[in-house]
Amino acid sequence: MEQTHFYHALKVVDEVCIGCTHCMNVCPTAAIRVKNGTADINKNACVDCGECLQACPVNAIIVEQDDFTQIFNYKQRVALLPTVLLGQFPDDVSEVQIYNEIKNLGFTHVYEVDGAVDVLIDSTKKFMHKHHQERPFISSFCPAIVRLIQVKFPALVDNIIRLKPVIDISAQFYRKKLEDKGYSKEEIGIFYVTPCAAKIAAVKSPVGEEESLIDGVINMDFIYNKVLLSIKNSNKETKKYPENIHMSRRSIGWTLTTGEASRYSGRCLAIDEIHNVIEVLEKLENEEITDVDFLELRACDHSCAGGVLATENRFLAIERLRKRAAWYHRNKPMILPEREIDLYKPYLQENISINKVEPRSILSLDSDMMVAMKKMKKINRIMKVLPGIDCGACGAPRCQALAEDVVQGKAKMTQCVFLQKMLTKEGLISPQESFDISEDTWGKSRFEKKNLNDH
Amino acid sequence: MEFKFAIEGGNFSKAGSASSEVKKILKQLNVNPKIIKRTVVSLYEAEVNVVAHAFEGCMNVDIDTDKIIVKIEDKGPGIPDIDQAMQEGYSTATPQVREMGFGAGMGLPNIKRNSDQMNITSKVDVGTEVEIINYFG
Repeated sequence: MEQTHFYHALKVVDEVCIGCTHCMNVCPTAAIRVKNGTADINKNACVDCGECLQACPVNAIIVEQDDFTQIFNYKQRVALLPTVLLGQFPDDVSEVQIYNEIKNLGFTHVYEVDGAVDVLIDSTKKFMHKHHQERPFISSFCPAIVRLIQVKFPALVDNIIRLKPVIDISAQFYRKKLEDKGYSKEEIGIFYVTPCAAKIAAVKSPVGEEESLIDGVINMDFIYNKVLLSIKNSNKETKKYPENIHMSRRSIGWTLTTGEASRYSGRCLAIDEIHNVIEVLEKLENEEITDVDFLELRACDHSCAGGVLATENRFLAIERLRKRAAWYHRNKPMILPEREIDLYKPYLQENISINKVEPRSILSLDSDMMVAMKKMKKINRIMKVLPGIDCGACGAPRCQALAEDVVQGKAKMTQCVFLQKMLTKEGLISPQESFDISEDTWGKSRFEKKNLNDH
Repeated sequence: MEFKFAIEGGNFSKAGSASSEVKKILKQLNVNPKIIKRTVVSLYEAEVNVVAHAFEGCMNVDIDTDKIIVKIEDKGPGIPDIDQAMQEGYSTATPQVREMGFGAGMGLPNIKRNSDQMNITSKVDVGTEVEIINYFG
């Protein structure tokens, strides 16, 4: 287990990190420790939810992105947009301008991924009908949730719907469409503009798919800044909405909370924010909740509008998207022209399945149960001497986490500041040894910076 | 390894907390997820039975490398006719309890379905003891 590493978009910038423990305390999978004065993310436990990034007071946690100029390695450059991007801009910016400016950045095609929802809704209905005994179904929409289930709720992996999310369906649609126009595989570059870190991880190390259909990922805040800057400088007046595109309310609402749950029959629940999701998954695992058909689970508060790379306040973004959906609905053409994606529907549905999601539990203490039991006994003994106040001064989020780390050989009991004081008082370790241990956890510079005589 | 959890009669908001603790332990011990699920479902049912019917109770857990033995004991009204209580749909739950989504009369049969061995003894006006054994292999 320990050797297998997974791609993560969230990175700690050691030079900026002050080791303040904020991130460590909010991590829903207890993946973070402070070592040598900086935060350290355990790659096996991280689900790329982005809670740490949002909690960081000094912006030391970043979302790593691909170099933008790589788009020019391709002749056909497709920008796949999440609909939430359109909700980020001020009201006086038109959609036509946004589309134009994204093209001016160098893209030859721009497509909103949520345009593919109808393909997925159809296939999901069929999937749920065919596998009805596997109820309740969990959507594969949010990659952070899929990973959360893998590491913390291994008994629920079989409940995840084995269908591609709209991003992958759109990528496949565009790839096929351009191939049909005569472009070779090497000429087509498909780039996703992401509102969160989890979708980057999903592209770089996909779950349930052999390889990703997407060539690169661009952070949504980067595109937002570029586009807004050029719009401010150009000052061209355009119409608010384009004339040749029609977006359905289903598409625009898809990435917002209840976007999926409102589309299926039966008892459907929509839950957003990762701690809320964990609470529900616990109940689901105990079969405290049984008669549910479909669960829409998203890691971010208010779903993708609350993504860590969103720039606009989530409530304002949602309001704008709802307005946008209402406008399209009001101005829906009497006869909807057949959309290009509909021509590819049979092809896309044929290729929509993904493999079974494999569990990779981070909870087990050892693969050998005998050893695991011994370790658990040791943890329980250690817990009796730890103070139980979860202060985090040892560099672990909770006393329980320190006890586990000690048993796994990743930490020393003396990292606990309470034990250090007791042991020093009893003469079992010297004050210098106690100081050295604190320096190991918090880094030398932390002690140098503070000089009591300065005041 | 032995663990003991107290169960409070009548407190539905806490029903399930003992079962969740056992679930955490089994996950740490690397027990097969499917067996964990079966075990926790049966324990949850038994725990809710104590909450719904008894004054107080406790869950005694004994985990070995090959099996888990759980005894759920309570002080309460007891079960006059165990065979009848084992029938699906049979329930003595009050309308109030049913309104909270409990008391459908599937408790004991569901425990049986999700355990390898189930023993139940009861004395009217004294209490009930349910023993659940699940094997890991």
